[in-house]
Amino acid sequence: MASVAKEWREIPGRYNLEGSKCPCCGKVYFPKRNMCPVCRRESIGKMENYDLCRKGTVYSYSIVYDAPDFADKLKPYAVAMVETDDGVRISSQLVDVDINEVRIGMRVSAVLRKISSDGPGGIIRYGFKFVPEE
Amino acid sequence: MMDVGIVSYGAYIPRYRITPAEIGRVWGVDGKAMGKGLLIHQKSVPSPDEDVITIATEAARGMMARVPDVDPKDIGAVYVGSESHPYAVKPTATIVAEAIRATPAMTAADMEFACKAGTAGIQACMGLVGSGMVKYGVAIGADTSQGAPGDALEYSASAGGAAYLIGSENIIAKINKTLSFTTDTPDFWRREGQPYPSHGGRFTGEPAYFRHITSAAKMMMEAMGTTPEDYRFAVFHQPNGKFPTRVAAQLGFTPEQIERGLLTPHIGNTYSGAVPLGLASVLDVADPGDRIFVTSYGSGAGSDAFDITVTDAIREYNRSAAKTVAERMANTVELDYARYAMFKGKIVMPE
Amino acid sequence: MRDVAVIGVGVTKFGELWNKSFREIGIEAGIKAIADANLTGAEVDGVFVGNMSAGRFVNQQHIDALIADYSGLSTNNVPAVRVEAGGASGGVAFRQAVMAVASGMHDVVLAAGAEKMTDLDDVSGNAILDSTADAEWEASMGVTFPSLHAMIANRMIHDGIATREEIASFAVNSHAHGALNPNAQFRKAVPIETVLRSGPVASPLGVFDCAPISDGAAAVVICPLEKAKEYTDSYVKVSAVCQASDTLALFQREDITTYGATVAASRRAYEIAGIGPSDISVAEVHDNYTVSGIMALQDLGFFERGKAGKAVLEGQVALGNKLAINTSGGLKARGHPIGATGVAQIVELAEQLRGSADKRQVENAKYGLAQSVGGMGSAVTVSILEAI
Repeated sequence: MASVAKEWREIPGRYNLEGSKCPCCGKVYFPKRNMCPVCRRESIGKMENYDLCRKGTVYSYSIVYDAPDFADKLKPYAVAMVETDDGVRISSQLVDVDINEVRIGMRVSAVLRKISSDGPGGIIRYGFKFVPEE
Repeated sequence: MMDVGIVSYGAYIPRYRITPAEIGRVWGVDGKAMGKGLLIHQKSVPSPDEDVITIATEAARGMMARVPDVDPKDIGAVYVGSESHPYAVKPTATIVAEAIRATPAMTAADMEFACKAGTAGIQACMGLVGSGMVKYGVAIGADTSQGAPGDALEYSASAGGAAYLIGSENIIAKINKTLSFTTDTPDFWRREGQPYPSHGGRFTGEPAYFRHITSAAKMMMEAMGTTPEDYRFAVFHQPNGKFPTRVAAQLGFTPEQIERGLLTPHIGNTYSGAVPLGLASVLDVADPGDRIFVTSYGSGAGSDAFDITVTDAIREYNRSAAKTVAERMANTVELDYARYAMFKGKIVMPE
Repeated sequence: MRDVAVIGVGVTKFGELWNKSFREIGIEAGIKAIADANLTGAEVDGVFVGNMSAGRFVNQQHIDALIADYSGLSTNNVPAVRVEAGGASGGVAFRQAVMAVASGMHDVVLAAGAEKMTDLDDVSGNAILDSTADAEWEASMGVTFPSLHAMIANRMIHDGIATREEIASFAVNSHAHGALNPNAQFRKAVPIETVLRSGPVASPLGVFDCAPISDGAAAVVICPLEKAKEYTDSYVKVSAVCQASDTLALFQREDITTYGATVAASRRAYEIAGIGPSDISVAEVHDNYTVSGIMALQDLGFFERGKAGKAVLEGQVALGNKLAINTSGGLKARGHPIGATGVAQIVELAEQLRGSADKRQVENAKYGLAQSVGGMGSAVTVSILEAI
């Protein structure tokens, strides 16, 4: 059984797309970073929490037929690399969509879905997935 | 007590559907006739990655999107009513609260009262807001209800939910009064650890649903000095399409008054989500001054009645910032029973 | 820094080696390499083993000790190091070994790689591959390793860098060469239709776009170039071995149709070797997926962006051309026992440059290049070997 703490500490990113913004150069990172890779020591200890915009555009995608066991019931399912409207790229599943209609450039928004669960008695992991724009 | 009412609301319904005819095909029942009798054309089915937590969260996010000026940190309470919380122990409400950034200076709890846990949450929030204990309270009714395979409930038990932001400032609908009628009536129950509920068959009708709704409704109209003609809309609990139609007629409401809030024929019985979704559908089209009569029902049993008046503030309210109930009911995907059974975890899988 | 030579090579058969355990496979390659270098084994003073995940595949950690022990090197207390860099584990192990000899700290070093993947079911094995990308923000969200490569492919197709057919043709080239390699997992040429019609894994990629699950090991013995003649007449020079890194998650790249680490490592390697891409006659590139192979040909400077796919489709990288790609069969046809792959590439180059590649022999090859990739190009090694 996976550690509960491991999942718990990622909640801000998984639920609310919380990343980090460098106060020096303004660049936004997801997932969180303690240091801006560009500004380095200038940014240490100063990185600010930043919730990404929940709307974005599909940068690339694929339809997954060989699924991990936790997503077996969803297959075939789409995954997408999405560029949010604040210019940050993130990847996840793209659900509630006809897999034949997924396209680069498609508008999507982030929703909360079940990602996986630790068997019938373990914790359930929730996180962001994309749906066609709401 | 200060004016208390609805500041915002949001609705969520999963996109998958199955018809009574398809369910009946599997069990050797004339499902089409059954659907006709129950007045259910289809019911919503959650995707395998949806549950009460995701439904409640998306309803709550829609609610917050419509009031961008409300600081989620001003939310002092989050209550989620459901009979299908994903965890038996571990609140749904904390996850929803985290997902709308309302934590940590707030209280939260899950509620259960069969199909009326959502309206019970609204009442609890009204008390907290009205007494000045919190600025805003969030009440959500949501379910992914289960009917035992082949049971009559399987034709109606569906999924969906709606969220309400209760407050006293910028209210789009004032709740003039709420009251309840509650007794010990064992018409429907689910024991701890049991996957499916049990019910008293026809006993769920007259002594349960009809007695409680009509009693609460009559108490309300008596207390307010109103008659059905005073309301533009009425929303009653809707385990199927037939019961609310009949109870409305018994109380003197017309089919036109209940039509907008009667969603069960199209999405099935969303249990704790049913009346909150029906009310959301009404608020989607309501105009200032419209009066709305609402009575929920939860087995076990009780009814919560609400007398609501839509305010001028609804003109400035950004309904289009989240999907309406009608939009949530569009673009559906119909499932066959095999896929439905897989989605709902009714197929025995290897460990 | 001393120049380094490869003086002995050994490789096992790659494939589903049901009757062989992890330790048997690992030892077999090492013994072959030591024998090939005309050593007794007593000369070896250091071991580097590339291995991605014996801990998860066969539940054995500390495989550096295991290999030292079972190859008889622990009796001499020879230091052994296990190296992990995802799919580049073998390439990085080779580089660590070369650095050890070049620095003068070691003289005769065994650089090996091994992976036993078939002791685990496919779904569990795939999950291990997935974890070489960002386990927290890609794999755990259901974004599988093949789907990450598929997203590169779809973006390439969208941007007009390669067509689906061009991408698929990389497997045709690998299979044609694998047919000539007695140690390859698949020794059968396939037409492009087979690749295009293969069952979908992550669209647009199908089964034939993906390297298989394999068991296998490879090993090379290296020593200072000036001492190579003391052991053998058949050796090759290591002209350059460079490594570069990039972000762990693919989504953090500006451009997902190029691996910056391949570009960086290869530019540095060419500079050190004093040559350019056109001087290479034979190259082993990391075609864990067909699309990776196409990308590699562009990133290594063999073809301009947008031209590699067409060249592969037209057969320009098959044996008999100016540049032969993946004469071993590549990851696709030779097989991809992950930790072994990067070392097996060096074995193939050494065979080519010393003229012992048999039916796969590239005539008059002077320089050979190997590219080994970890994760989504998060670690890349580029090695250049030179015939003496």
